[in-house]
Amino acid sequence: MPENPHAPEIPGFVETATLVQPRPEEGAKDRTMVLNMGPQHPSTHGVLRVVLEIDGETVVKCVPDIGYLHTGIEKTCEAKFWQQAVPLTDRIDYLCPLTNNLCYCLAGEKLLQIEIPERAQWMRVLLNELTRLNSHLVWLGTHAMDIGALTVFLYTFREREEILRIFEHVSGQRMMTSYFRIGGLALDPPLDFFDSVQALLKVLPEKIDEYENLLTGNPIFVNRLKGVGYLSAEDAISLGVTGPPLRASGVDWDLRRDMPYSSYEKFQFQVPVSSDGDVWARYVVRLQEMRESVKICQQALDGMPSGPIKADAPHVVLPDREKMKTQMEALIYHFKIVTEGFQVPTGEVYQAVESPRGEMGYYAVSDGTAKPYRVHMRNPSFATLQALETMCVGRLIADVVAVIGSIDIVLGEIDR
Amino acid sequence: MTETLLTKDAVFEGLSGNVAIQALRAALPEAIVNAKFDRGELTLVIAAEQIRAACRILRQAGYNFLEDVTCVDWYPVEPRFQVTYHILSHKMKERVRLHAMVGSIDPSIDSITAVWPAANFYEREVWDLFGVRFNGHPGLRRIMMPEEWEGHPLRKDYPVEGYR
Repeated sequence: MPENPHAPEIPGFVETATLVQPRPEEGAKDRTMVLNMGPQHPSTHGVLRVVLEIDGETVVKCVPDIGYLHTGIEKTCEAKFWQQAVPLTDRIDYLCPLTNNLCYCLAGEKLLQIEIPERAQWMRVLLNELTRLNSHLVWLGTHAMDIGALTVFLYTFREREEILRIFEHVSGQRMMTSYFRIGGLALDPPLDFFDSVQALLKVLPEKIDEYENLLTGNPIFVNRLKGVGYLSAEDAISLGVTGPPLRASGVDWDLRRDMPYSSYEKFQFQVPVSSDGDVWARYVVRLQEMRESVKICQQALDGMPSGPIKADAPHVVLPDREKMKTQMEALIYHFKIVTEGFQVPTGEVYQAVESPRGEMGYYAVSDGTAKPYRVHMRNPSFATLQALETMCVGRLIADVVAVIGSIDIVLGEIDR
Repeated sequence: MTETLLTKDAVFEGLSGNVAIQALRAALPEAIVNAKFDRGELTLVIAAEQIRAACRILRQAGYNFLEDVTCVDWYPVEPRFQVTYHILSHKMKERVRLHAMVGSIDPSIDSITAVWPAANFYEREVWDLFGVRFNGHPGLRRIMMPEEWEGHPLRKDYPVEGYR
């Protein structure tokens, strides 16, 4: 390979000069300085580097630099069979693996045009809402910790542990679940699964009260959040912001209600909206969302239909272990799906779901073979990060920490 | 509606009430090169040089939210790159997908950051991973790969394991 004449002497730090252009006015260079925040900054929730141009303590310019966690998941998907890509989708976002699983499976099912049994759909809703609770608990703990309220973290992780235990119970894994498959679920939920979810749901509302007791009336917390990081509805829409930050800016949009998938239309829930557009509004909206998620979980538990958990599509869905040992056909299907994959008809689909962070979309293209021709993930954090500058400019450096916490980014999801 | 409409004329006839099609046909009659309605999703193939104008018209017609910009490499078919836009209307609860085909020799297309600033990161990503240049982009530089990286990894002629 020819030597690159423009290669930097210290890789990774060359672009500071190009990222932050000096301001056009005379003598601007003397007034402002460039501050590197990250990539190993504790409040950046991963490896986000933010280049801040500051005038004293005031942010003049704020340029996020991403890509430190890029692992080429989209490229890897193209080299796998359709069903083999499911575990890759877990690894995009460690806080909502099941939402990623769901979105990918829905896209695959839309391409194949197969119907999923009701029980599988309801299980998907139940687990997705538990995932939302899990993700919001981590957000609340870390966000409060960034602001300086260290205690909340211990409280939220106590409940999160219970949710992870449920995930382990149902899928065998705490975080990298891979529980949804194209065509249904991997396994029937274990016998006492619903009891353990019920036990959790019983205590959660009062636990959420407990977090609110610690934070909502705390004047230090309130002062750090109120009026900080304002984002107007117009800016939010034109910058591609989705999810709680969009709803906190006053846009009443939730894919679960407005473009329902996986039988969400059968559930009753409120979509919390606030028109304040600041960090505090995002805090209020997310806490309210947790309460609504508990309600959805309860409805899913109460009305859980019985029946099969896999679609009736033997060429796509792996047969039951039992059948493989007694029926020749099942054994052949199993062998063929595992060794050759299954062909997906030519076409393209875009499937969007409401993840805890906003609109997660999978764009899947098939050329008729057993491997995806292209899988693209539209991730909410990636777009939301573009709004960081709008929210931070003119504020203090300390507010940048609050704003990053409030948009709840996951860097694995941004970089893929 | 679950029927499949695979030609431009069939889509124009079957979805004559669609706001996106109406708006584009009224303002830019030559812009829609082809159209498809498949699996409940509408796809419009837009002439690449008119993509920015088409996006502006769609935004005025009520498709207010840009969800996604990405690309598909159809190597070795020409034109090779299919730049794909997903645009959503909050009011109509409807989505439209735009395709713009770009050839392999110095691939470039107009940036739509002037219509939706949200396109900024997405277009940088497409430039980084596919090497499609966006004219008029405010700061087109790599976003995922290191600055000094050579090649565009999501192209089909780029090996999965990379060059060693």
